[in-house]
Amino acid sequence: MSGLHELLLLCVVLTNFWVLGTTRLSSTIRATAIQGALLAALPVTLHPGWSLHLVALAAGTFLVKAVVLPSFLFWAIREAAVRREIEPLIGFSASLALGAVAVALSFGIAQRIPLPEPGSTLLIPVALSTVMVGLLVLTTRNKALSQVVGYLVLENGIYVFGLSQAERVPFLVELGVLLDIFVGIFIMGIVVFHINRAFDSLDSTRLSELKD
Amino acid sequence: MTLGPLLALIVVLAVAPALPGIATRTRAFFTGRRGAPVLQLYRDLAKLGRKGVVYSRTTTPVFRAGPIVVVASVLVAGALLPLNGHGALLSFSGDLVAFTGLLGLGRFALVLAGLDTGSSFEGMGASREVTISAFAEPALFLCFTVLVLATGELSLAGMLGERLAAVWPVAAPSLALAAAALFMLALAETSRVPVDDPATHLELTMIHEVIVLDHSGPELAFILFGNAVKLALFGALVVSVLVPLGGLQPLLAVPVLVGGLVLVAIGVGIVEASMARLRMNRVPQFLVAAGALAVFGVILLLR
Repeated sequence: MSGLHELLLLCVVLTNFWVLGTTRLSSTIRATAIQGALLAALPVTLHPGWSLHLVALAAGTFLVKAVVLPSFLFWAIREAAVRREIEPLIGFSASLALGAVAVALSFGIAQRIPLPEPGSTLLIPVALSTVMVGLLVLTTRNKALSQVVGYLVLENGIYVFGLSQAERVPFLVELGVLLDIFVGIFIMGIVVFHINRAFDSLDSTRLSELKD
Repeated sequence: MTLGPLLALIVVLAVAPALPGIATRTRAFFTGRRGAPVLQLYRDLAKLGRKGVVYSRTTTPVFRAGPIVVVASVLVAGALLPLNGHGALLSFSGDLVAFTGLLGLGRFALVLAGLDTGSSFEGMGASREVTISAFAEPALFLCFTVLVLATGELSLAGMLGERLAAVWPVAAPSLALAAAALFMLALAETSRVPVDDPATHLELTMIHEVIVLDHSGPELAFILFGNAVKLALFGALVVSVLVPLGGLQPLLAVPVLVGGLVLVAIGVGIVEASMARLRMNRVPQFLVAAGALAVFGVILLLR
């Protein structure tokens, strides 16, 4: 099983690059959906033996991260009629290069973090790089929906980090976190919808024009 | 000892003109058309070989040297690759730099020949071709870095030979990433679809085609053959990274390589059928993505 979860983790990093490199919003949402599915498969492959805890965690993750949230985001772009990110603060090539730097940094940092039995040597660096990529997308993209995707990627990174301690984290905490994200994205989607109503655009830089 | 690599090189050179044909045929199949015969390029080469050459009055010997340098550089680059997995015709430590340099030399000669015609139109194509290669070359070196780190060898014959078969089980993820990056580079270097369209003849969108507009007769045949061989060489790199030929018998390695080349050509055709050409300002991004894959491969090995 050890080869399989390493492969899944590598694919998670590849989906990070995918999110960084595409202009089409629908494509980035598809990337996060695939990332969610990969994350759902991780706990089962990482910890051998089928416990109810792990299976429920995997099923819940798949349902929320790979089905519900992406379809909700697809609904949002259809309603708001946005198709692509036009001018991010940092260009797509530059953000891909920064993503590669982030991966390098996180592999460097991960070797210096003392952790009790991380499960896999890849787990921590992949988690850190996913968090960094999420932060990058969250801060450098202008469209509110891309920022939601960035938040989702950031959270996926935290989830991978949590997986290294999956045996110890109580089941209820995990479910609570999943519910939190679900509600968070839901609220963001509604906010996005209202921004679109008020401004006819999802460009979050326009929000600085708000005055009462 | 050198007979095996020589025979392998001859086989690859003989097969090379079929590869663009296979790619276009696959593309035609997936877009619901019949397409040109697979062996069309052989016929084109034979036809062009019989024709005379027309030179523009503004050209200098630089223009005439272009096609010869293109073919010569590609042939020498082919001699550096261990095509049957057990040694190359030419091999020395650090010859991966020579390989990249030779490909660069061919492109440089082609660009100079294009500029030599004095047509602003070909100058535009030349500038685009150079822009693309400026992004492709660092990515190619990153791919080689993966191979060097995985095998500890500094010559192409060493790092694609028996050592690669030995380290393949350990370094598989990095090597797969490098192979994917090499495939993307093959598309860029041989001006296939996401970067350039070999079928287009619209002035504003041509890149490679526009540089060779003024070449005719046998010289055009040289350039077409050179480009086909370049595709074969990049295909051979992809195949020998994915299937370590050094682990096979020398006699078995060559048929495996040819089969792999056919698969690569079909892959190119599928990409061409399923993707639109990228806008010019998106091309660097495509190549940076290839570089990012290779960097990821390097990081996995350094871990």
